[in-house]
Amino acid sequence: MNVTQLSAFVSNKPGHLQKVLKVLAENNINIITLTIAETVDFGILRMIVNDAEKGHKVLKDNNITASITDVLALEIDDTPGSLYKALDVFAKMNLNIEYMYAFSEKRQGKAVMIFRFEDIEAAKTALQDNGYNIVRKIDIIGEN
Amino acid sequence: MFNKEIECMPVKKLKELQLERLKWSIRHAFDNVPFYKKKFEAAGFHPDQFKDFDDMQRIPFLTKQDMRDNYPYGLFAVPLNKIVRVHASSGTTGNATVIGHTKNDLNVFSELVARSLSSYGVTGDDIIQVAYGYGLFTGGLGLHYGSERLGALTVPMSGGNTPRQLMFIKDFGVTVFGSTPSYALNIADFIEKNMPDFKMESTKLRIGVFGAEPWTEGMRSEIERRLKIDAYDIYGLSELMGPGVSYECKNKSGLHLGEDNFYAEIINPDTGELLPEGERGEIVYTSLTKEALPVIRYRSRDITRLFRDGCSCGRTLIKMDRVTGRSDDMLIIRGVNVFPSQIESVLMKFEGIEPHYQIIVDRKGPLDDIEVMVEVNERLFSDEIKVMNDLSKNISNHFKSSLGISAKITLVEPQTIPRSEGKSARVIDKRKI
Repeated sequence: MNVTQLSAFVSNKPGHLQKVLKVLAENNINIITLTIAETVDFGILRMIVNDAEKGHKVLKDNNITASITDVLALEIDDTPGSLYKALDVFAKMNLNIEYMYAFSEKRQGKAVMIFRFEDIEAAKTALQDNGYNIVRKIDIIGEN
Repeated sequence: MFNKEIECMPVKKLKELQLERLKWSIRHAFDNVPFYKKKFEAAGFHPDQFKDFDDMQRIPFLTKQDMRDNYPYGLFAVPLNKIVRVHASSGTTGNATVIGHTKNDLNVFSELVARSLSSYGVTGDDIIQVAYGYGLFTGGLGLHYGSERLGALTVPMSGGNTPRQLMFIKDFGVTVFGSTPSYALNIADFIEKNMPDFKMESTKLRIGVFGAEPWTEGMRSEIERRLKIDAYDIYGLSELMGPGVSYECKNKSGLHLGEDNFYAEIINPDTGELLPEGERGEIVYTSLTKEALPVIRYRSRDITRLFRDGCSCGRTLIKMDRVTGRSDDMLIIRGVNVFPSQIESVLMKFEGIEPHYQIIVDRKGPLDDIEVMVEVNERLFSDEIKVMNDLSKNISNHFKSSLGISAKITLVEPQTIPRSEGKSARVIDKRKI
């Protein structure tokens, strides 16, 4: 199972990011981790939240351009060289990482990385063949 | 067809009628308006010398400035007690332009609007909601009296108050809607944003009558798709009359000009030289029947071309292209002439781009910079920067190849470009030239 990421288009101007966060806050959407890719004029806010579908809907309702995408969440050891080894799997399979970011907190002593691939299924297969644990949506947001 | 005898008149006969009326109109202006008399004499022209269309070129042009200088009644050719209505332009850039109408002028005005409506397939059985502004602006009253002349049920809504517009469209069973094209898009936005359950299919609306500002084929298809109607162009200018000077037929391939009331020429806007039929340039009008304020060789600043294509609708009246710009809002960017409408047609080639855009021209240092702001909706959005950058680059390349200019494309959030309920301000020129 993949993790659903919520992305939003934000102008690179004071107050604009805050407006997005306000909408999410008012609708009780909790952000588990986030990253921003920025250009001179705009940024793309990418988030893992507790309810991506609902987040998408409330942003849309407030005229904020947003989308949801499947990304891969991968658990790795929190030790030197672990990320290097994981990336080695992708390099060998010639799988290009579009972008990646990390979870801010450790989970049971392990680090969690988020990857965006063109072909997410190929990446998953490659990782599983190499004994990696792919984190499911339910593990991240918890059951409720 | 509202007036088949005129609208389908053989071209030769139509030209005879025009020539005869031209002679009257030029004489009328000369005899009754001291301004024209002085102007004609200064150019060495006397109405007796006017024999044929070729002689038009000896007559000096009338400009918008001339009209302002004669504020308010200086160009009237009849006593004030024969004038029954005035219209006026806003006058934001100087004195207002005041246009008077006699009873007969208004008759002609409503007939031309009735002809336009009838040309779109509107009949006396239709219910027409007029969402053009009422008042000194010619749009509202112009469409109103044309609609009544046709015998249609006329709803004089005027502009604005979108929820009420939609309520009446639904409750009154409105079949025809008239407004500026940008207001129509405004309504489509409003429905999408605030009334997701409002289905255009559940209304009886079938035809839209749009004019009073330049618009493009791209905007037409956007309006037709989103409002589920047939959208037609109506053209006019208050200096001549108002809407109805020319109008599209079902073919949507140019606007038929009311040649029995107006004579049109195309000139090179820079030199004033007459251009042959079919060439693009500034359209210059001479009124043929106007009593209150005869207009002789008025420089409209509208850019178009005139042609006869044996239109399959049966009308023999000459056609003009949809006005693609004005010779005075033409932008000269690094020496390249660009009309805002050309910029729009480049944007319209991209799937998903909405017709809301803004062009900012500025000069930082010696060169002009052009920035085009495009709103990013869900169809254009991607979570990958490279996809977004490719989009800007792609649009920019199209500008380069179709218009020869380098434009900076700025992607902005939805609803950041101001919508207007009247004419859109799409171009901001910050250059101090």
